[in-house]
Amino acid sequence: MGLVRTTEPATSVVRLRVNGETHVLTLDNRTTLLDALRETIGLTGSKKGCDHGQCGACTVLVDGRRANSCLLFAVAAQDAEITTVEGLAEPDGTLHPLQQAFVDRDALQCGYCTPGQICSAAGVLAEAAAGWPSAVSAARRTGPGVLDAGAGAPAVLDAAEVRERMSGNLCRCGAYVNIVAAILDVAATTGEETG
Amino acid sequence: MQPFQYQRPADAAGAVATVAETDGAVFLGGGTNLVDLMKLGVEAPGLLVDVTRLPMNRIERAGGGGLRIGAGVRNSDLAADPRVRAEYPVLAQALLAGASGQLRNMATVGGNLLQRTRCLYFQDVTKPCNKRRPGSGCPARTGDHRNLAILGGSQQCIATHPSDMAVALAALDAVVHVEGAAGERTMSLDELYRLPGDQPDRDTTLARSDLITAVELPPPGFARRSAYRKVRDRASYAFAVTSVAAALDVADGQVRDVRLAVGAVAPVPWRARRAEQALLGRPATEDAFRSAVDAELAAAAPLRHNAFKVPLVSNVVTAVLSQLAGSAA
Repeated sequence: MGLVRTTEPATSVVRLRVNGETHVLTLDNRTTLLDALRETIGLTGSKKGCDHGQCGACTVLVDGRRANSCLLFAVAAQDAEITTVEGLAEPDGTLHPLQQAFVDRDALQCGYCTPGQICSAAGVLAEAAAGWPSAVSAARRTGPGVLDAGAGAPAVLDAAEVRERMSGNLCRCGAYVNIVAAILDVAATTGEETG
Repeated sequence: MQPFQYQRPADAAGAVATVAETDGAVFLGGGTNLVDLMKLGVEAPGLLVDVTRLPMNRIERAGGGGLRIGAGVRNSDLAADPRVRAEYPVLAQALLAGASGQLRNMATVGGNLLQRTRCLYFQDVTKPCNKRRPGSGCPARTGDHRNLAILGGSQQCIATHPSDMAVALAALDAVVHVEGAAGERTMSLDELYRLPGDQPDRDTTLARSDLITAVELPPPGFARRSAYRKVRDRASYAFAVTSVAAALDVADGQVRDVRLAVGAVAPVPWRARRAEQALLGRPATEDAFRSAVDAELAAAAPLRHNAFKVPLVSNVVTAVLSQLAGSAA
C-alpha cells in the first residue's frame, strides 16, 4: 500500500501564528517558513541570504527560540508561535531595545543581515538569561576535565561570548564590531530579566 | 525540489509502520541537514514523517545512574542540561562546538547521528559520487579531499562523518535505542555505523524504517574527567578538520582507563581502541600519549591534500590527554 509518487505538488492547509496573528494558508509542502513569511504573508523583514542554513539572515524566533527559517518547512511550523523582526517593536512603533541599539551603534552597513542579527541577538539574550552555556563559557568554566559548576546561573555576556553565540549570523559588510557593541549595550541594561 | 507529502504520526510505532510501508518515505527531525539535501536534490523523499512531536524529547535518569536522552531532544537543550554539563563535559563541549545557536535549537539527537557527510562531491548532484549514486565514481581521491578521511575509507569512498556529538558519544560508550518493524533493539555506535567498503551509500546498519528513539549514556564514572577539542578553519560555526573526545582515569601516575575517539578523520566517529589498549597501565606521560596515538595512526592512508591530518591528530590527541592528565594530578 505504498504511496503513489505524484508530480502534482502536495499541499497542506497550514495554520501559522506569526507576530500574534493567525494565518491559515494553503501551501505547497515544499514551502519553507521563510518563503511563507516573505512571499505569502508579505513579511519581507526576514531575509533570504544563502537559503542553506549557513548565513543566518533568515533567523526568526520559533516558540521563543531562534531558528533558521530557510531550513524549516512551513507545514512543520504549524501551531508554533513565530516572531519575526516585524514583531519585535511595540505596537506604537517604539523600537525593541536591540533595534534601538543597532541604530545607536550604527551596527550595519547594507542592512541585509540586520533582521536576522537582531532576531538572533534576542535569542542570545534569552539563552544567556536561562543560563545556557556556549563553547566560550564551557571552556572558561570547565577547562579539560573540570566540573562545570555554572549550570543554572545566567551567563554573563562579554565580547567573546557574544561573538561565539552570534557566529551563526554572517555580515559580509563586516559590521561585527558595532553589532557586538549593540548587543552588549542591551545585555548591560536589561541583564538577567531579558527574555 | 521534488513534491512530497507530510505526516505527523501519533506514536513511534505508527511512524515506523508508515515509513516501512511507503516507498520513498523518510523521517523528518529538525531538518537542518535533510531539508538542505532536498534543496540540493541529493534527497528526494515522497513522504516526510515528522517525528519531532513524538514524546522523545526528555532527558531522564537511566538505571544504574546513567542518562537516557530522547532522540528528539534538541542539541541546545542537551548541551544546557545540568547533568550533562557536570557529569559528561565531553558531550556538552562537543555539542556546543557544533553548528550555530540557531541550528542547535533545531537539530535533534537522532538526526545529528544520522546526518550525511559534507563531502563536496556528495552534495553536488552534477558530480559523480559513489555514496550518492553507487558505481558513479569518486572524484575526491584526485580532487578536493583536504577534509576527507585518513582512516577507514575505501577505494570507493573517503567521506568523513561530520558530527561533533557522535564523537563524544563514541568515547562515552553510548547505547542507541532503535524501534523497527520487528520491535525495539539497542546497539553501540560501532554497531550503528558502518565503514564504506564497497557499499558507501549505506552510512549505517539501520533499515529505512528504523527509528532512533533514544541514546543512553552509561553511569559517568571517569567521564567526569573528559574533554572535547575541535580544530577547524575558523573559530566558530565550521565543521571540524579534526576533533578529539577523550576521558582519562589516572591513578598513581598510571593510566587506569581511557576512552578516545577522533572526529573528521574517518567515515565514522573513530573510536581509537588501538591507542586505548596501548595506554592501559602505562605511565600517563606525554611520550606515552604520543606513541599511543601514533600507533593508532599507523593504519592511516592519507592522500596528498589531507596528509596534514596525521600529525594534526597526533598533536591534538597528545595535547588533550596531557591536559586531562595534568588536571588529574
